[in-house]
Amino acid sequence: MATVELRFSAQPEHVRTARLVAAAVARRAGVDEAVLDEVRLAVGEACSRAVGLHRSHGITDPVEVVLSEEEKAFSIEVRDEVPVAGAEGSTPVPGGRNGTDEDSDAEGEDEMGLAVISGLVDDVEVSSSEEGGVIRMSWPTTPVTLLP
Amino acid sequence: MDLSLSTRNVSGPGGDRTVVEVGGEIDVYTAPKLREQLVELVNDGNYHLVVDMEGVDFLDSTGLGVLVGGLKRVRAHEGSLRLVCNQERILKIFRITGLTKVFPIHTTVEEAVAATD
Repeated sequence: MATVELRFSAQPEHVRTARLVAAAVARRAGVDEAVLDEVRLAVGEACSRAVGLHRSHGITDPVEVVLSEEEKAFSIEVRDEVPVAGAEGSTPVPGGRNGTDEDSDAEGEDEMGLAVISGLVDDVEVSSSEEGGVIRMSWPTTPVTLLP
Repeated sequence: MDLSLSTRNVSGPGGDRTVVEVGGEIDVYTAPKLREQLVELVNDGNYHLVVDMEGVDFLDSTGLGVLVGGLKRVRAHEGSLRLVCNQERILKIFRITGLTKVFPIHTTVEEAVAATD
């Protein structure tokens, strides 16, 4: 069940807000303090990538971030509305631009962002469909215990 | 927190070095400011840069991209770009992307300024 959902227009200045919200919700969910930096960085990378994709494809819809507290894990989904981005099942974009060489710079940055995410997060899935791309990441949570 | 930038020139054994002191967060929003600063320095003929990252609270791949771009520019003039960083959480990002092999990373500005190739 979703704990917090955030939708923001694809502007770089809002990525920081997404990072702060994600870190705050992760802390409440019981994600270890030592891991919060990773959560902050990973969600920032995923959001920056989504913002870049929306802007390069002229998409005005907002980027969506879903923060979910599960039984023993905390998960974050960052959803974009660009259908082709994924590596697998590259479906044609209805009315969109084709992923050609002209995007190579932007794609280079995407790849760096994804490299950082996969280096940071053990449990990460990147998928894409006709509705857009999703990066799903999750971290284990520990129940909050008081010091003796 | 926003990005803060200040530059100063320091003389080292290998010649003049330009120290760029960066503070705050380098992300998709603020990285263009750092890019502009590095481009301007190189255009003005400063080819040996030391980027002091001790005041940086956050760095993401966009920031890494800007630093790599800076390195490319100074190298085109046979220059150098050295980093000063002791913060584990920032160093980790350089490690997981393999960029520790690309950038010389120093523990103090003095050490970076004194370094020669």
